[in-house]
Amino acid sequence: MRIRLIQIAHARSGDKGDTANVGVIARKPEYYPILLKYLTEERVQQHFRGITLGRVERFTLPNLCAVNFLLRNSLGGGGTKSLKNDAQGKTLGAAMLRMEIDIEEKLSF
Amino acid sequence: MKPIIRVASGQGFWGDLLTAPYDQISRGPVDYLVMDYLAEVTMSIMQKQRRKDPKLGYAKDFVPLMRRLLPLAVEKGVRIITNGGGVNPVGCRDAVLSVARELGIPGLKVGVVLGDDILPRLDELVSGGVRLDNMESGESIDVVRGRIVSANVYFGAWPIVEALRQGAHIVITGRTTDTGLTLAPMAYEFGWAENDWDKLAAGTVAGHILECGGQATGGNFSADWRSVPDLAHIGFPIAEAAPNAEIVITKHEGSGGLVSVETVKEQLLYEIGDPAMYITPDCIADFTTINLESVAPNRVKLFGVKGKQATESFKVSMSYTDGFTAVGTLTYAWPDALEKARAADMILRERLRDLGLNFEEVRTEFLGYDSCHGPLAADPGDLNEVVLRVGVRSPNSLAVERFGMELAPLILTGPPGVTGFAGGRPKPSEVISYWPALIPKSLVQPNVSVEVS
Repeated sequence: MRIRLIQIAHARSGDKGDTANVGVIARKPEYYPILLKYLTEERVQQHFRGITLGRVERFTLPNLCAVNFLLRNSLGGGGTKSLKNDAQGKTLGAAMLRMEIDIEEKLSF
Repeated sequence: MKPIIRVASGQGFWGDLLTAPYDQISRGPVDYLVMDYLAEVTMSIMQKQRRKDPKLGYAKDFVPLMRRLLPLAVEKGVRIITNGGGVNPVGCRDAVLSVARELGIPGLKVGVVLGDDILPRLDELVSGGVRLDNMESGESIDVVRGRIVSANVYFGAWPIVEALRQGAHIVITGRTTDTGLTLAPMAYEFGWAENDWDKLAAGTVAGHILECGGQATGGNFSADWRSVPDLAHIGFPIAEAAPNAEIVITKHEGSGGLVSVETVKEQLLYEIGDPAMYITPDCIADFTTINLESVAPNRVKLFGVKGKQATESFKVSMSYTDGFTAVGTLTYAWPDALEKARAADMILRERLRDLGLNFEEVRTEFLGYDSCHGPLAADPGDLNEVVLRVGVRSPNSLAVERFGMELAPLILTGPPGVTGFAGGRPKPSEVISYWPALIPKSLVQPNVSVEVS
């Protein structure tokens, strides 16, 4: 079935220089394995093409049923240098949650 | 030893809700009020202010705030900790002491933490072999050496603990970590040792939860923002800490907002890198060991946090001038709003080229369509209106100034149905960039002193 990430997760994003971080949290513990399986570095790198010019790195927090992504070179230089309206990547969490994923698992919402 | 202490967050940044600090001490029991004022760019702004007037260089808001808070804080025995001293903690202290005298509060002890400002020592340090390379890009300090505006070491909790030991009711620091402000009262009250890594990590995690104020209590909450009650009267977070480093995150009874496992999780994931290596001057906290449990409405318990030994370095935050930017906007209305905004952008760019102006970057975004999600934005269809937003950056302030003069003419010489130029020409603003580096802890000594009103 095809789902949008926002159905199974919530997120918060922020900045550190020109790097954005996006924390993605499973809405239920049973969704966490789905995040691990489908929300890979490659998938996220592809999702953010045109926004993230550097490398995507993933870290896992099983205790919080969450994953954290670092998106390098994503903020137009960061800080006061950036010409972006969203120079601090505040809305990139929501941009992540737009992602559509085809999953093998059956979920009911 | 107290069985529990309550540490309340009063500000998440310089510019935050002005009513929050007073609400925190007036609407329920707290022992400490902590206020974070410093973002990366803030220190350079303060450095410029101090150059113009040696009495300035700190968070000016803090002084009128103290005028309002001090009588109640003294009556209730609430101690106040802030990094709002910026690049002039002594100036901030003197201003607070004179407020205390004006209010007729004798015996108020105000402590300062100094020694974080290494700008005057840069030459000595660099010639002494300290590299200060950019810890993210690896570039040499020589690239920006002549353009550095501020250079501050991040201190942690221990200098604040020392000020509290000397009896300070108010502690004013320069560049101290946000987390150190919250950890310090816990370490002081419970006598935590400097190598009790797990407890220090727990206090650090609590500090990370408190450091953005309302963002832990239902503000900016993406899971279900409609479910957060009464954001108009949002209560800022409070950490109730026990000597064994079990900590409950809560807010005052009757305040708005929400403390839940989900709101706390969102804040835990805010602006972190490797969660197993959250590095501060005090310890390395392992966020993958945090346990959260909802123990009552608006009460989330934090326990089981593991820490590791602190590193041998302090982080140095430097800022340097890096050219100029200007940003301007025009609003295009239906019909063909987006198509007209795009055409206007093309005309503008052609005129800038004709003028022979060179920019490091010219960036165009369309507010209402793609300024947040870029290429991920869905097809907007037939928009009612869209805002054309163009920004430029150049080392040459005159080029940036001239760009500002080219925007308004589009109203009479471009596509129709355009408005929204009431703000006047965009002015160049100076870019302050950020240079993070490391310095051995042995080369920098914090210096703590306490004065009485």
